[in-house]
Amino acid sequence: MSALRGSTGAAGGATTDRPDQPDRPALVLRGLAKSFVDVQAVDGVDLEVRQGEFVTLLGPSGSGKTTTLRMIAGFTRQSAGTIEIDGVDMTHVPPHRRDVGMIFQNYALFPHLTAAQNIAFPLEMRRATRSEIKRRVAEALALVKLEGLGSRYPRQLSGGQQQRIAFARAVVFHPRLLLMDEPLGALDKKLREALQLEVMHISRQLGATVIYVTHDQEEALVMSDRIAIFSRGRIEQLGRGEDLYDRPVSLFVADFIGESNILRGRFERDGEGGWLARGNLRWRVAAAQEDRAALSDGSAAAIVVRPERLRIVGLNDPAVAAPGVNAVEASVRDALYLGSIRKYELMLPDGQAATVRRQVGGGEREWQSGDRVGLIWAVNDAVLVADPNG
Amino acid sequence: MRQLRPVNARSGRRSREGPIVNRWALLAILPIAFLGAFFLVPLVVVSLRSVTDFAKPTGDAFANYGRFFASAANLRVLGNTFWVATLSTVVCLALGYPYAYLMNIVRPRVAGLLLIAVLLPFWSSLLVRTYAWQVILRDTGIINTFLLDSKVVDEPIPLIRTTLGVMLGMSQILLPFMVLPIYAVMRRIDPEYTKAAANLGAPPFAAFRRVFLPLSLPGVLAGTLLVFVLALGFYITPALLGSPKDTMISQFIASAVQQRLDWGIGSTMAVILMGLTFAVLVIASRFIRLRDAFGSLEES
Amino acid sequence: MTDSWRQPHRLLLVALGALTVFFLLAPTLVVVPMSFTASNSLTFPPEGFSTRWYEKMVTDPQWSTGFVNSAKVAFLTAVLATALGTLAALGTVRGRFPGRNGLQLLILSPLIVPVIIIAIGMFSVFVRWKLAGSIAGLVLAHTALAMPFVVVNVATSLRTVDRNLELAAQSLGAGPVRTFRRITLPLILPGVMAGGLFAFITSWDEVVVSIFLTSARFRTLPVEMWEQVRQVVDPTVAAVATTLLAVTTTILLLALVVRRQAPAR
Ligand SMILES: Nc1ncnc2c1ncn2[C@@H]1O[C@H](COP(=O)(O)OP(=O)(O)O)[C@@H](O)[C@H]1O
Ligand SMILES: [Mg+2]
Repeated sequence: MSALRGSTGAAGGATTDRPDQPDRPALVLRGLAKSFVDVQAVDGVDLEVRQGEFVTLLGPSGSGKTTTLRMIAGFTRQSAGTIEIDGVDMTHVPPHRRDVGMIFQNYALFPHLTAAQNIAFPLEMRRATRSEIKRRVAEALALVKLEGLGSRYPRQLSGGQQQRIAFARAVVFHPRLLLMDEPLGALDKKLREALQLEVMHISRQLGATVIYVTHDQEEALVMSDRIAIFSRGRIEQLGRGEDLYDRPVSLFVADFIGESNILRGRFERDGEGGWLARGNLRWRVAAAQEDRAALSDGSAAAIVVRPERLRIVGLNDPAVAAPGVNAVEASVRDALYLGSIRKYELMLPDGQAATVRRQVGGGEREWQSGDRVGLIWAVNDAVLVADPNG
Repeated sequence: MRQLRPVNARSGRRSREGPIVNRWALLAILPIAFLGAFFLVPLVVVSLRSVTDFAKPTGDAFANYGRFFASAANLRVLGNTFWVATLSTVVCLALGYPYAYLMNIVRPRVAGLLLIAVLLPFWSSLLVRTYAWQVILRDTGIINTFLLDSKVVDEPIPLIRTTLGVMLGMSQILLPFMVLPIYAVMRRIDPEYTKAAANLGAPPFAAFRRVFLPLSLPGVLAGTLLVFVLALGFYITPALLGSPKDTMISQFIASAVQQRLDWGIGSTMAVILMGLTFAVLVIASRFIRLRDAFGSLEES
Repeated sequence: MTDSWRQPHRLLLVALGALTVFFLLAPTLVVVPMSFTASNSLTFPPEGFSTRWYEKMVTDPQWSTGFVNSAKVAFLTAVLATALGTLAALGTVRGRFPGRNGLQLLILSPLIVPVIIIAIGMFSVFVRWKLAGSIAGLVLAHTALAMPFVVVNVATSLRTVDRNLELAAQSLGAGPVRTFRRITLPLILPGVMAGGLFAFITSWDEVVVSIFLTSARFRTLPVEMWEQVRQVVDPTVAAVATTLLAVTTTILLLALVVRRQAPAR
């Protein structure tokens, strides 16, 4: 990673002036907390971010993402815990000495300065020479592909262009960290998707360490090395997108990332894993799942199955009784054609709904609304989690 | 439940965070000290003089107040002041409400011109405007010359040195203070409301009376209050246009201090005027937010 | 929409509006043509055209020194009131301290307290402080009267400044002072300048306090006019009035233009 960073950085025309220290984390948060008069906005966050890593804070509105970011930037003083950037404790360092670039949701471009003057601002603050400022502003404009628009004022730029200028301004001084708070939130979907890739590519190209805030899970999955799921001021789970999707540690994460089918019940332990029992329905739980969830016998639990891991078969299909497979009878309520996939909304005998997604063109049989079918999934495709509301 | 309450309003957020005093507050020290020395101290000194300056030696600190209220002439000054202020306020309301309403319904460009028509006099010298009224109203002034020349009357009709004259001059000068608050409130009334009323079957005048008028009342109250309070303290206009027999409080104070050199009675009247002004403000503040009244000055 | 203007009540409204505009502007503007009269008395319509009353105003030392004094006082007042008013706006809008609302009221109170009371109060204090009758005393007095207009204008523009811009500047390496100088100040500058111009007008037109704080040796134009208005019927006063009006109007229009120059959105 570090070698890559050095070389691509040079190619991109903007190298980091600091020598890389791959073993020292770029950012360490320990027990970080912030309480306002009537709200515990952030409640004990621990996080270690490697040099050059792209970490996204993802969570519903009000979960404390912005507050965390503002504490890292130094705009808000933490109530407890520590923040270390490049191994230095930041508690008493004011924002302008933290060397942290930030991109605001509304970009916060200075309206009385041109795009180029905006980008030059951090360099002037660092007393760069005039020729160096000129060179680096030009490089930064080239980096975001807006050469020639330097003399425009922010209000003369489109939303996407303003976003790029804000990005250029935040990286032109090679900050130790790049913070972004929903930087694409104000843009329409198409532009947002294009810029997601661009922001990701340029950040990688510069080798920047990025803390990115969003409430859009798809955006998080597309861009990040790792994702921290925030809920009520805490990190609920931290990991790569695949980890979160395939192995959510809680119902909250399972529900928040991707679409899931959640089957609630009581967990019954036996020698090799256990069962999830619900009325007269019982489903097998794999031993590995039982280990991971560490649930006590008889506790409220749920199994989570992703819609694409479910299969629909005929009631008499032999697959229903195959080993390592869970099955349940269901009826098709809606069969929806969505282009590349078909989506089925099913109802289980006890009235619970389930969603199934199947790729179109896989040669599978099509089902109609009203069909009575068997719903099956591999035992290993289901995840067991505790059900706090059970 | 309490911990989960979302605090999203920006203003609410800011006021909850951080220390009770911040560093920006330091910047206010110099201007406060300035106002304290050159504005508050003079007011305090005036108030003190009403209980320390006496025409003849006395043991009673409130002798001036006793002397003041014992004189019928002094009470007539108070009564006259209230009378003129009330008249001017009524005239301002009668002209100002329709004017603000008109500003609110015309095209923005026209509204801008109407606004300038209000702002120009708002900012131009009170003395000049009063002088102009003098030129118009006096016995050899424009109106009387015209009436005499066209033989409508044989001798000049009394316009200057009458309550009518004072009222004309004061209404013209005070009208902007009525129009601006009313307009500010009207502009915030969503036009959809009247449309909704029409849609529900209200004829135009009913829609106005039942929906628009009540919504615009805060502006009316604010403007009325502002005009009345300012009218109480008028000096130049009644001095130049009014009759020497019907003086207003400010004239009384000026002549007590300048001509009679009776600071005791002058400052007593000043304290009474100040008290009246604040009393009106306090009473009014129970019905409206004072910000509505003075907020409009921000937009002027 | 268009034919609704022909409805009787709309017509009535427009007529009343026109009448009000007339009532607001016409009486004052009457002095303008009259100041150019060729005759020795104020008649309307004016007889002939001449600029002799303006010549008299310029050559008469009483009027011309009054003019110069007024300009000096108004200029110094504008400078001082702008500086103090801007500080006050920053302190009360951005500052957090107990009693802030009360303080905002204090700052606006020179607009509400009857001016005659302010005048006699300042007179009795300034006499003791040896400030009465001096340019310094009048500037200090006018500054107190003009400050509210600066505060209101600056506070209004300050409230529209996006706090994120200042945070952004800090994250880009600007300390508090540089953030103010490079970001906040430029953004509120239109409000500051408009406030300064309003302060100038306030002083330029002020009569009542000036009557008490000037002397026969040091008089401003409005005070001179006040003295003359009550005795003389000479059209010079009309010329002076027109001059006062012209200066005020010019500066007011300038202030309105300046205030529109908001750099933000
Ligand atoms: N300055 C503040 N004063 C009081 N409460 C605040 C303040 N800032 C944030 N909060 C509260 O803290 C919680 C977390 O907010 P925030 O960090 O903005 O969440 P997110 O960015 O994840 O939407 C919310 O309940 C919010 O209302
Ligand atoms: Mg947020």
